[in-house]
Amino acid sequence: MPDQLLFAIEVTLNGLMAGVMYALVALGFVLIFKASGIFNYAQGVMALFAALTLVGLQNGQVPFAHLINAIFGTDVHHFGWHLPAFVAIILTIGVMILLAIIVERYVLKHLVNQEPIILFMATIGLAYFMEGFGDMMWGSEIKKLDVGLPQGISESIDATTYNWFGYGFFIDRLDIVATVIAALLVISLTLFSQYSKQGRALRAVADDHQAALSVGISLRFIWVLVWSIAGFVALVAGIMWGAKSGVQFSLSLIALKALPVLMLGGFTSIPGAIVGGLIIGVGEKLFEFAIGPMIGGATENWFAYVLALLFLVFRPQGLFGEKIIERV
Amino acid sequence: MFYREAGDFKTSYTDDSQTFPIKFDRWRYYAVLAVAFGVIPFIIDDYWANAVLVPFLIYAIAAIGLNILTGYCGQVSLGTGGFMAVGAYACYKLMTGFPEISIVFHVIGAGFITAGVGALFGLPSLRIKGFYLAVATLAAQFFLVWLFNKVPWFYNNSASGQISAPERTVFGIAVTGPNTEAWAKYLICLCFVVVLAWVARNLTRGTIGRSWMAIRDMDIAAEIIGVNPLKAKLTAFAVSSFFIGVAGALFFSVYLGAVEVGEVFGIQKSFLILFMVIIGGLGSIFGSFAGAAFMVLMPVLLKNVLVGQLGWPTDLAAHLDFMIVGALIVIFLIAEPHGLAQLWRLAKEKLRLWPFPH
Amino acid sequence: MKDMSEGYTTADGRKIGGTMMEMKNITLRFGGVVAIKDISFDIREGEIRAIIGPNGAGKSSMLNVISGFYIPSEGEVWFHGSKRPQMKPYQVAQQGIARTFQNIALFKGMSTLDNMMTGRMTRMKSSMAQQAMWWGKAQKEESEHREAVEKIIDFLEIQAIRKTPVGRLPYGLQKRVELGRALAAEPKLLLLDEPMAGMNVEEKEDMSRFILDVNDEFGTTIALIEHDMGVVMDLSDRVVVMDYGKKIGDGTPDEVRNNQDVIDAYLGVSHD
Repeated sequence: MPDQLLFAIEVTLNGLMAGVMYALVALGFVLIFKASGIFNYAQGVMALFAALTLVGLQNGQVPFAHLINAIFGTDVHHFGWHLPAFVAIILTIGVMILLAIIVERYVLKHLVNQEPIILFMATIGLAYFMEGFGDMMWGSEIKKLDVGLPQGISESIDATTYNWFGYGFFIDRLDIVATVIAALLVISLTLFSQYSKQGRALRAVADDHQAALSVGISLRFIWVLVWSIAGFVALVAGIMWGAKSGVQFSLSLIALKALPVLMLGGFTSIPGAIVGGLIIGVGEKLFEFAIGPMIGGATENWFAYVLALLFLVFRPQGLFGEKIIERV
Repeated sequence: MFYREAGDFKTSYTDDSQTFPIKFDRWRYYAVLAVAFGVIPFIIDDYWANAVLVPFLIYAIAAIGLNILTGYCGQVSLGTGGFMAVGAYACYKLMTGFPEISIVFHVIGAGFITAGVGALFGLPSLRIKGFYLAVATLAAQFFLVWLFNKVPWFYNNSASGQISAPERTVFGIAVTGPNTEAWAKYLICLCFVVVLAWVARNLTRGTIGRSWMAIRDMDIAAEIIGVNPLKAKLTAFAVSSFFIGVAGALFFSVYLGAVEVGEVFGIQKSFLILFMVIIGGLGSIFGSFAGAAFMVLMPVLLKNVLVGQLGWPTDLAAHLDFMIVGALIVIFLIAEPHGLAQLWRLAKEKLRLWPFPH
Repeated sequence: MKDMSEGYTTADGRKIGGTMMEMKNITLRFGGVVAIKDISFDIREGEIRAIIGPNGAGKSSMLNVISGFYIPSEGEVWFHGSKRPQMKPYQVAQQGIARTFQNIALFKGMSTLDNMMTGRMTRMKSSMAQQAMWWGKAQKEESEHREAVEKIIDFLEIQAIRKTPVGRLPYGLQKRVELGRALAAEPKLLLLDEPMAGMNVEEKEDMSRFILDVNDEFGTTIALIEHDMGVVMDLSDRVVVMDYGKKIGDGTPDEVRNNQDVIDAYLGVSHD
């Protein structure tokens, strides 16, 4: 096979794996949107916050150390212990559930029945708050996240493909693990929402708040549940991205990566999020590969958005949405 | 007592639709203008100009612009930073391309160019609505910043990739470049603000403003009773972008002097302006000023108190700033979606009745 | 039915003119659902024309076709003797067709006055530059239109709520403001979608009076949908009856009242 084609295949594979990651973040959005009609811009910051908390707990950092030091003139920073990854993850899940409860009680409850765009802007505010809060709690320097995931280029794939095609594919082992975990998560969430009692309640709430309330479904419980799941998804995404490029502010920008995915796939469709993620992952990598060098590179920043924008202009309901009949 | 409309009779429809129907408001408005033009230029120093007043004035223009689009026409945009960048780069190209023409025309020209770009990116608003559109405007944000970063023509092939403003004068007084006096910076921004706020007020109280608000409140009904949605939305995008473009041009040429696009006009800028509009009050010109003042003053205040007085590290003050801003956004959206402007209106309502509330 | 091509005179002596609008074989489909099936009828200059029928009969869809919001799948709309080309709703409004909505569709953030001024949108001519300066034509135009709107405000007796944001008004007043907004356009044809829905008897009487006065004083042609049969029979000159998207009756209130299909549709009959 010619080198160019092999190259393109490698790029496509990498794009597919990036796409799975996008889909994973997008999934968090879809869950919350389905259950509460809220487009949660804070999803990316939740991933950052989860990753920060995980690293902080693992390394035994003292929360708010900077603040305490500034106020009392002390010099505390670490408790001096080192938690195993597993324990830290469990504790972080707990923190994310707590966060869900707080968000429900102090924000969502007061914003019932507001227009979607107001809710959207409120989550931008929430994102800002959590970003400041997370940084204040754990400090804003770049941190290394290590929960024992495999790292580096997979030699076996490199060797095998070299034997087959005379050209070795470079694929990050972390990406493979991430793909597998994301796929598992997607499957289990789909099963959960289709077959469990809470899942059914969740879909009922998504369909009609009032009707769901009237058959005795607790809206507040469902919201806490959904935000907890979204927090869990954020944690997984945070671990994957954090392991790849360190835990830092830019981690919260993965939300921005997921937005065009949602526009493509529609805000309410889990399969849409997955397909949209894959299209964008592959699309932006191939575009950068084929066209990028001609126009100065770094096209990944905007390609997804422009693609989604063009797509929406011609098909406003997204890939899997139904055509909307407007009424007056 | 003196804050009354009783006895202040209107005898024509023109009188009735003026900006400040209550006499006291009118006088206060003149007083503010008199202080702004007659007193502040003489007492201003570099710190006040650069830390507070000039950014406040420029952000007020941008906030009015976004308020026209979001507050009046109901189209949320997250592309403000990108449009400010268009204004800045258009101004730079005009300044360096036509040095013999006055900077005032460069800034206005930059506004018109941004208006064109804004209308172009506003086209999708005809098909998509709500936060789909908000996300779509992010395309403008990312694409424009990338464009100005990657195409050397925009920064005249300068080695640093930055643009920097050469010295330009108005009536022989430098308003851009390193030799500009604080009061000159302040005054030129003030002139733009006063004229543009007046234009914004005129547009929003007349036919076109009503067509924007009709689209905002109920777009389908608006179209059926005769509002052309294409015209309403595109003019909103264009006018809004004109204001934002002028703000971007001033921000670059008068305030900063040199700009690196990704740093100055990134998505954070878009959010900053949006927050000004939310906190100040959606659909209010006064609110745009209030929001801009608030968002400019708060970090300065926090920094002075926490870093200056208590000796905290600066990053801690910055984190606290984030938290406060975020919390305020949520609180305002929950408690008072019309922002500071509405609080102000309520206070005035009370004042009108005071001291006889019944 | 008697020949009425040159118009006719009503029982109370009003002169009804020739055909203003004619719907020819209108069919409207949404996907597989047929909302309107091959319906034809006309609306004459100066008359009050009612469209009635049970829920889901396609009445509102028909009004939406007239006001250009839905494009019929088949059939033609003729207005003032010429076939209407495909046009946008706001262009239909410019032709002189105004309407109210079943679920009030006022601009909630705007005052009563601004809502009604917006109703005159199709008549505003000043350019954006003039408006930006609030100068010359823009200012003159604003005052002229304000004067016209004030007349309608007087007519509808809503002077006191001129500057109130409509979102704060009670339901009955909102309905009235919405009528005012449609009237502000000085339409040739006024479409009213259930103008009396949800009103009590007094409010209904007020609204009936306004409708009759509009027709009488301004000579406006009116097409309305209404469920209250008493009101329909009193107000309208001619009635179209729809059921399941089909036309089952058309004529004067008396003719319709005695039409067997209509009675069946309303009282129910076994379809076998």
